[in-house]
Amino acid sequence: MANIINDETIEYVGILAKLELSDEEKEQAKSDMGRMLDYIDKLGELDTSGVEPMSHVFPVQNVFREDEVTNKDTREQLLTNAPEQKDGMFMVPKTFD
Amino acid sequence: MSITDMTAVELAAAIRAGETTAVEATKAMLDRIEERDKNYNCYVTVDREGALAQAGKVQAKIESGELTGPLAGVPVAIKDNMCTEGLLTTCSSKILHNFVPTYTAEAVLNLQKAGAVILGKTNMDEFAMGSTTETSAYGVTKNPWNTEHVPGGSSGGSAAAVAANECYYALGSDTGGSIRQPASYCGTVGMKPTYGTVSRYGLIAYGSSLDQIGPLTKDVTDCATVLEAISTHDEKDSTSVKREDTDFTSALVDDVQGMRIGIPNDYFGEGLDEEVKTAVLKAAEQLEQKGAVVEHFDLSLVEYAIPTYYTIAAAEASSNLERFDGIKYGYRTEDYAGLHNMYKKSRSEGFGEEVKRRIMLGSFVLSSGYYDAYYLKALRVKALIKQAFDEAFAKYDVILGPVAPTTAPKLGSSLADPIKMYLGDIYTIAVNLAGLPGISVPCGSDKNGLPIGLQLIGDCFREKKLIQTAYTYEKIRGAFPKASKEVG
Repeated sequence: MANIINDETIEYVGILAKLELSDEEKEQAKSDMGRMLDYIDKLGELDTSGVEPMSHVFPVQNVFREDEVTNKDTREQLLTNAPEQKDGMFMVPKTFD
Repeated sequence: MSITDMTAVELAAAIRAGETTAVEATKAMLDRIEERDKNYNCYVTVDREGALAQAGKVQAKIESGELTGPLAGVPVAIKDNMCTEGLLTTCSSKILHNFVPTYTAEAVLNLQKAGAVILGKTNMDEFAMGSTTETSAYGVTKNPWNTEHVPGGSSGGSAAAVAANECYYALGSDTGGSIRQPASYCGTVGMKPTYGTVSRYGLIAYGSSLDQIGPLTKDVTDCATVLEAISTHDEKDSTSVKREDTDFTSALVDDVQGMRIGIPNDYFGEGLDEEVKTAVLKAAEQLEQKGAVVEHFDLSLVEYAIPTYYTIAAAEASSNLERFDGIKYGYRTEDYAGLHNMYKKSRSEGFGEEVKRRIMLGSFVLSSGYYDAYYLKALRVKALIKQAFDEAFAKYDVILGPVAPTTAPKLGSSLADPIKMYLGDIYTIAVNLAGLPGISVPCGSDKNGLPIGLQLIGDCFREKKLIQTAYTYEKIRGAFPKASKEVG
């Protein structure tokens, strides 16, 4: 395997991805990601100098509209899906003292 | 003919003629699902009560002349990554185990306007990440042709439900082949339209620049009819394209005289099963005998499509799936210490292995220091792949090849080696990268009786060429056997 993913990288990716992995999962992730990156490195065979990165296949432009409310108030309905709610709001764990 | 054997268009005609009713057809389907779905597990949710209520309303509108369309009264199954108001939508993930949307996806709404009756939600790979429907948190779906085999994926539940006659047609979504490949494995027709043709509003996003909704149907006529019904411009999807040419049923013409068909040599190399190759080339020969101009050519860059796809799709997935945080909806972990720990634990417990693998990869390729080398590189290769297709479509109306290198693999044989599984998408993935339309049509069976799919790829906005070629091929081929007669 050409790409060796170390503990530090997996920790960092875990922070970015907001995932908490067990030690066993970390080892698996290191090996999986290393193999995937080896595979993706195949793209390095292609000379892409001067090629513009293509995010969309059609020339899409920003779509503008008037800033007007068109939907109805669905607060009550939306809150029924919340794991915890209080006084018409989403409940989150305490974030600061 | 049993009422459940009819195609969608046949059933709607029978309802209009007063030979049957939407309620009768819905009941027949629900009974069939109840009796048989334990064998296949096509559905995550069956909405018996809701479906019967809808059927009653639709039938009244048909009788009053308010609903006259070609799909009015026909029961449909919806992939469980499309939001349906008031009906559980799980994306086959534990993290959405209790999510009941407050609105309906635009494509589904379009079907409802056309008089569709929603039977339920079909199983899929979790968040559409997979090729076998084995990564679902709600059990695997089995192939109705042989229950020891996978139905393909990620729209495996939709394809299997059509093949098992557990619905008249279904909606799926296709990010790298997720409609066409299961259609191929299950012997149904499946189509991914040009990017932007069907609104993605209400489709739970995986790789937004690649995702498209499309039909899985019993034949090409149904496919064109359903696509026509779901294709609309939608302001709620900023990538929705305004098209004036969505009268797809006008392309149901039995004629390929002068149709220029290109066969990429690169689609017939190493890894392609002999039986698949033979069946696909026979279809090409039959189209040639009907007057099509068939040529072999080199498409190039085929082996670069999969690494490009996995970089882009994983990057987009890592961003799209940030919204699952245990606050607004879905699963929240029981024990946690503070906000960040709650996020991490909810997500780690709520997502399955393949989803986590792709989120991690995506986070990595987007991280500073790697963004240029991986993500931007992939977007540059995507431009080259698009260019290769542009050159091909300067010469051909349609590109013809296999959908997948093999027929449906056995259950449990794919997940152990992700890269090997990814390689199964080699013929479908580039189509999504280039935004093209593609259709899968059954063209034969292997020695074990498992279906083989023919893939036709068109230039952007040229669905009609595909539909015309597929329709003509279907006429040459004749009726395809039914899975439901093969097993119990």
